[in-house]
Amino acid sequence: METGNLSHHISRQFNEELEAIRNKVLTMGGLVEEQIEHAIAALVSGDVEQAEGVISRDHQVNAYEVAIDEESIHILARRQPAAGDLRLIVAVIKTITDLERIGDQAEKIARMAIHLADMERPKNQYSELQHLGNQVRKMLRGALDAFARMDAEAAVDVAKEDLKVDAEYDGIMRQMITFMMEDPRNVRRTLDTMWSARALERIGDHSRNICEYVIYLVKGKDVRHISLEEMSQLSR
Amino acid sequence: MAETEQKSGSSIGSAPTHAIAVDGLTRGRSALRMADETPCLKVQDLNLFYSENQALYGINMVIPARRVTAYIGPSGCGKSTLLRSINRMNDLVDGVRIEGKILLDEQNIYDKAVNVADLRRRVGMVFQKPNPFPKSIYENVAYGLRLQGVKDRRALDEVVERALKSAALWDEVKDRLYDSAFGLSGGQQQRLVIARAIAIEPEVLLLDEPASALDPISTLKIEELIYELKNSYTIVIVTHNMQQAARVSDYTAFMYMGKLIEYGDTNTLFTNPSLKQTEDYITGRYG
Repeated sequence: METGNLSHHISRQFNEELEAIRNKVLTMGGLVEEQIEHAIAALVSGDVEQAEGVISRDHQVNAYEVAIDEESIHILARRQPAAGDLRLIVAVIKTITDLERIGDQAEKIARMAIHLADMERPKNQYSELQHLGNQVRKMLRGALDAFARMDAEAAVDVAKEDLKVDAEYDGIMRQMITFMMEDPRNVRRTLDTMWSARALERIGDHSRNICEYVIYLVKGKDVRHISLEEMSQLSR
Repeated sequence: MAETEQKSGSSIGSAPTHAIAVDGLTRGRSALRMADETPCLKVQDLNLFYSENQALYGINMVIPARRVTAYIGPSGCGKSTLLRSINRMNDLVDGVRIEGKILLDEQNIYDKAVNVADLRRRVGMVFQKPNPFPKSIYENVAYGLRLQGVKDRRALDEVVERALKSAALWDEVKDRLYDSAFGLSGGQQQRLVIARAIAIEPEVLLLDEPASALDPISTLKIEELIYELKNSYTIVIVTHNMQQAARVSDYTAFMYMGKLIEYGDTNTLFTNPSLKQTEDYITGRYG
């Protein structure tokens, strides 16, 4: 399955339908990426207005999910796609579920940002969250790029990044526990920071899932719940 | 077998490298595997010529017993020709020349020693257009047995009832067995013809576009029937309807320009075919 393969159907209308659904997924992905970016920025700068913007835009993400699902169902019912076309629709349906959940995590971070805006800011200005946030945003962008280019090997590379995200998350957890032990007055703020870090870590997991769907789409191999080594082997 | 597969570009037998068993759920094992099957027919290096024109090129394939194998491919790709080779219907065409072998239970059906009438008793065939004889429903089904010289009325009754039941037609016709077969609907006539074919208990049933002249409900009844019949018979079906092949068959062979391009279990062929040419055909793309 290659990108050029979306076209070349004898039915031009089918080409257009597949192209349209793929573009919608990428638009939705772009929107979700922005949501993460704004949520982290709001948290770091304590900008309540920006955080509220993220919360109010979540319904757009949800609307994309519903609309793309509906189009996918229409294609299944009317075209009975096979082989690569079928795998594209299945990958789309699964990808948008993960995108929608990433959107929810961004909204969660925005809510934390509103909580934290009232509190005293830490010396490091939440640099650990900013760093983790940049990492998971890069993962999501990589996953969407791999989807757009139908590049299984790139998808594996992005999936591997999840290990780093997990390590970073563990580091933040340890640091936060230390803060709480040092001064119990930090507990409330630290808990919110931990929830935000947790949300970012989940975004990494969802991005990895999207990479797995890309590999399924391109290679026809199901690589969920296996080791990264096996995943690289299967996606070659 | 390995050699046969290679020649025909088959994907059968490529075991998944990452099968993990969990309480009977096994990854990558939804696919049937030819290695687990009992072979019924073996086509070996089959070439077929209509006078100067070659219609089939070096076909190699194993058709498993009590499974449904479907041939798909564009018009003129040789799928019907290949199907008709299995009970030597092509012998009736002038100027046909055949090289290679088709083994039915390890015996070459093109051997001089083979009695063609006997072969066709073992390999029954159903065509696109239902072709009942201008006789009663009962006589249509009993026809093959009468040819074999069976006269015992009770034996005939039993066979007719059993065949009509197997063909899922009994309930619809049991009160009018002696009416003309032409009074039946197209779908019923097709099931009658299938009953006639299975009355003489063949080993193999060849179906050439059996549902293409039928409405969707009758088509589903035929497909349901095929599903039932594969418990007892080896079924080979030619169909233009790809979704039908996907629905009814266990194995699918894609043919193009007289060659067997890809042959594999139906689930794999319709979700992840090995060759681009197959993918282009089943997804409706031009190459």
